[in-house]
Amino acid sequence: MAYDKFTTLTSQAVPLPIENIDTDQIIPARFLKAVERKGFGDNLFRDWRYDKSNLPIADFPLNQSKYSGKILVGGKNFGSGSSREHAAWAIYDYGFRVVVSSFFADIFQGNALNNGILPVVVSPEFLEKIFAAIEADQNTLFEVDLQKQKFTICITGESTGFNINPYKKHCMTHGLDDIDYLLSMKEEIAAFEKK
Amino acid sequence: MEAKTLFDKIWDSHVVKEVEGGPSVLYIDQHLIHEVTSPVAFLGLEKRGAKVLRPEKTVATPDHNVPTINQHLSIKDEMSRNQVEMLKRNCQTHGIVCHGLGSEGHGVVHIIGPEMGITQPGMTIVCGDSHTSTHGAFGAIAFGIGTSEVEMVLASQCIMQPKPKKMLISVNGNLNKGVTAKDIALYVIAQISTSGGTGYFVEFAGTAIESLSMEGRMTLCNMSIECGARGGMIAPDQTTFDYVKGRQFAPKGEDWDKALAYWKTLKSDVGVSYDTVYTYDAADIEPMITFGTNPGMGIGITHNIPNSNKLSGSDKLTYEKSLKYMGYSEGDQMVGKQIDYVFVGSCTNGRIEDFRNFAAFVKGKQKAANVTAWIVPGSRAVEKQIIAEGLVEILEAAGFELRQPGCSACLAMNDDKIPEGKYSVSTSNRNFEGRQGPGARTLLASPLTAAAAAIMGRITDPRDFLD
Ligand code: SF4
Repeated sequence: MAYDKFTTLTSQAVPLPIENIDTDQIIPARFLKAVERKGFGDNLFRDWRYDKSNLPIADFPLNQSKYSGKILVGGKNFGSGSSREHAAWAIYDYGFRVVVSSFFADIFQGNALNNGILPVVVSPEFLEKIFAAIEADQNTLFEVDLQKQKFTICITGESTGFNINPYKKHCMTHGLDDIDYLLSMKEEIAAFEKK
Repeated sequence: MEAKTLFDKIWDSHVVKEVEGGPSVLYIDQHLIHEVTSPVAFLGLEKRGAKVLRPEKTVATPDHNVPTINQHLSIKDEMSRNQVEMLKRNCQTHGIVCHGLGSEGHGVVHIIGPEMGITQPGMTIVCGDSHTSTHGAFGAIAFGIGTSEVEMVLASQCIMQPKPKKMLISVNGNLNKGVTAKDIALYVIAQISTSGGTGYFVEFAGTAIESLSMEGRMTLCNMSIECGARGGMIAPDQTTFDYVKGRQFAPKGEDWDKALAYWKTLKSDVGVSYDTVYTYDAADIEPMITFGTNPGMGIGITHNIPNSNKLSGSDKLTYEKSLKYMGYSEGDQMVGKQIDYVFVGSCTNGRIEDFRNFAAFVKGKQKAANVTAWIVPGSRAVEKQIIAEGLVEILEAAGFELRQPGCSACLAMNDDKIPEGKYSVSTSNRNFEGRQGPGARTLLASPLTAAAAAIMGRITDPRDFLD
């Protein structure tokens, strides 16, 4: 699935200071019945966002108009649980391009990268600073520079580096995915099969 | 020669290419697909104008969405029906074998693979479902993947993967009475937490592990991912070979001898090092039960819910949120708590041994009136065996009814949903908020502990009934 190239992003951020946000919360199983990749953003965090009568739950950050932006900041161990890529689709479809946490579950991290979402791992202390910065001013801006692998709290100028595998970085900056790469390897794969 | 782990041996022999500064291109021997995570992958493939490279190395079955009663009727829920039909159509178009609803081979994808002898030692196996780790019980590298990766494997029979770190979890000694593989799994996750294994592939070893049946090993490897690991595996031994031998897709004759000679080399070399090692004593493990909203929140059944004194900041808030969802308080005793539902099934505990254990426990007793029980075999083959062994009669005499195979209340994508606020003792693998239905409260446990709860109508130590 093609996605937009990613170079730099300056945006506000939405805070979700909850730990172990699992994929069943990001997108509950009952929304996995689609056979196309469409409309998942509407059901992102469905059961935290809406009550039983489908009314928005006022104090959930995604429902608070004071928060906006393309950066989602979550507590540690973000994305644990199932391999459902729908979780990444929902986050992307809602409009987020970056998820920041102090720790990501493995499969989610891979799925995010395969779908144009940049997972940014920061230290627990830096994560607290980000939450504090949003708390102080929900309009505060953050800059994500993929080339320099740098995440900055604009107002204070405090920044931190983050890791990304060089191959994945190349893919993200060019909007390429692994399948393009694998399809170009047909002969090597055939040769391997003969061994 | 450099000493290698079991994991290294299999991984290294499947690397087609190392991408510079990137992941390895890993060749996949067996791909399993189901109706939920494959449709978008097929769509992607078609958009690229690509074909399935090796359709004979993919096997399909619809399991997540299917009803567990009246499977001969058309599926009522339109979207579920659509997914199931889409799988069938995609398989037809691309020449993939699909074990459809109602067919002899139908069942939960991680149950039918081993049953048919498709799962074999030394293989690389992937599926768009995190519990693919189940197949690691045979000494295979098996792990769950996302839909993009499903598309990758369809298109190229390969996947791009960074090599994980290696962890050894060793459990030694004799298991106590009433303690099963499920309890080992919940115990280990409670020890290392739901993120303790992140970035790792786990090898389970030790005398307590070697003593497990293949069913038990599958339960343990199935749950290995709940500690965050990519997967878990156990070196194949005589128990493994005996299980595989004679199954439909197992090698036969000379091929068997050749395969067996290779499989016997599949163990970690003496003196090899791991990135992390944990060692546990089987004697310390008692029947386990979870009290919170992730699989790491488990305790020995006689224990009380730990208090949050030692936690601070967001750890404490998360803990409190979890207990609030469950309607429990710190310090509560688990034994004696009232329950409403019991679910026996899923790729964790939906195999014949699980139903034998459950039936042996409930034999001659009666289901508690306040309990609704869903007894769901993992596959048609398991269902048939339950009938052949006479377990149905035992179950029915005790007030239980056997349903038809599928994932069922493990993730409640079909009609098997636990109502809001109700307590469910479940032999599945996840107790996340809403996993078994919006507002449902899940307590993970072994089939034996589930049986005790079903009979007493409240959480009960199964050992009270064992002699
Ligand atoms: S039984 Fe549960 S965990 Fe297993 S494949 Fe089905 S939904 Fe996934």
